[in-house]
Amino acid sequence: MAFGPFLFLALLEGTVMAAVLALTAVGLSLVFGVMRVVNVAHGEFFMLGAVAAWFVTYYLPFPPAVTWTIALLIAPLFVGAIAATADVLVLKRLKYDPEATIVATIGLLYILQQAALTFYGPDARPVEPPFHLRLQFPWFGYSGYKLFVVLAAGLILLAVWAFMTRTKAGLVMRATQVDMETARAFGINVDRVYAGTFALGAALAAAAAVLIVPIQQAHYLMGHDPLLLSFIVVIIGGLGSLRGTLVAALIIGLSDGVISMFFSPTLAKIIATLLVALVLVFRPQGLFGAKA
Amino acid sequence: MLRVEGLSAGYGDITILRDLSFQAASGQVTCIMGRNGAGKSTLMKALMCLVPASTGTIALNWQTVQNLPAHQVPLSGIAYVPQGRRLFGPMTVAENIEVGLLARKKGPKTRDFVLDLFPRLRERLDQVSSTLSGGEQQMLAIARALCLEPEVLLLDEPTEGLQPSMIKLIRDTVLTLRDNGMATIIVEQRVDAVLRMSDRVCFIAHGRIEADVATAELGPDSSLFRQFVGV
Repeated sequence: MAFGPFLFLALLEGTVMAAVLALTAVGLSLVFGVMRVVNVAHGEFFMLGAVAAWFVTYYLPFPPAVTWTIALLIAPLFVGAIAATADVLVLKRLKYDPEATIVATIGLLYILQQAALTFYGPDARPVEPPFHLRLQFPWFGYSGYKLFVVLAAGLILLAVWAFMTRTKAGLVMRATQVDMETARAFGINVDRVYAGTFALGAALAAAAAVLIVPIQQAHYLMGHDPLLLSFIVVIIGGLGSLRGTLVAALIIGLSDGVISMFFSPTLAKIIATLLVALVLVFRPQGLFGAKA
Repeated sequence: MLRVEGLSAGYGDITILRDLSFQAASGQVTCIMGRNGAGKSTLMKALMCLVPASTGTIALNWQTVQNLPAHQVPLSGIAYVPQGRRLFGPMTVAENIEVGLLARKKGPKTRDFVLDLFPRLRERLDQVSSTLSGGEQQMLAIARALCLEPEVLLLDEPTEGLQPSMIKLIRDTVLTLRDNGMATIIVEQRVDAVLRMSDRVCFIAHGRIEADVATAELGPDSSLFRQFVGV
């Protein structure tokens, strides 16, 4: 195969990765932006979403398209409920202290991981995609489901944008993000906003996992890579900046796709990490973040 | 009427307000004056329950508010314009006003009232609030608070850093609100502004109200200004 088709394939793979990464990282960015909490357990919410999807698709006696759709609805709700509970039981009691919440979410990471190991087991298990479609390009065939993942992730991100900019709940979240104390002085129940934000961030990670799990398989250790890449994306994009997160996800996703295809996946991760180091040195607030 | 009796409050183990008492009547403007660090802004925050009270009573029309969660205080009828305005900077003028309207579920009538009070804001509804001039930002901060249709309005240094025409506009607005029966409590350092818009002046020092005087009894050269404000 010539260079052009190879590059096209790499870009397709990179776009799929960028879409899922954007969805996962937007959750992490929202949580940091509104709550100032660095959620180290974010990758485990991703993992829980995939595991929940496996349970739903395995145990419900319906065709894959139906069970997968149910999983896409239930898994984010389930994971969001766990996150909201963790917020009320742990983060709120720590008064959202930045250092204490980092330690607390590390603890949460291990609790969720070990719970998954106990109740789900150590095996990687496949989830049936909702449909099988092969798109035939002139040079190669490509999974129609993967392109559907890009479309679905784009639609969910659009919904998040509309939620944040067009609804009263989004307005309240943005006001809390700007100035928590003044938000309180205007009747905003900040505790409730925080619980909702933590749940929404986790639900977005879970939704990303449900989209990708038919391609990747569900495993109790699968949260590590999404966590690392999400941190890379939100640091490059600017902590708390949704626009920056999307742009950075596209940069990291596409470069990962291309470099992995032509060189090696390890080199792609090295370059992404190097990019983070450069951003931290020369533009610590990220590409779109506000200066502290 | 807002009644404060024996209020003590502070940050953690540090007590700022000590056994502080005063009243703010409806249809009156009460100014709080004092040196830097006297506890003026802490008093405003304590009235909003943003700083917890350790002892004492804050009562609005005999309903105590000092034990309420901070987000429920605006529902009881107290609105707050913080020092430095503290607008939701990246949000538009319209969105800042919308936040003000949300708590007490006020609608277009209230929105029109505040925009009629500050017509310049109506022309800038879609402008990001951090890009407004200082005077316009202060107008928006007051408009946002008035969206709560409060019985008591707290203003923390509303004329700070403003040009004379804007100071006059703020003063006229305060007097209009007073004439509409609102109780207004203003932290203010400018003697001329205090003399022109207030009915009473409470002088605060070391977290206590040391003197509570009708403005009519004060002149620009009053020794109380020298004693408690240093001017």
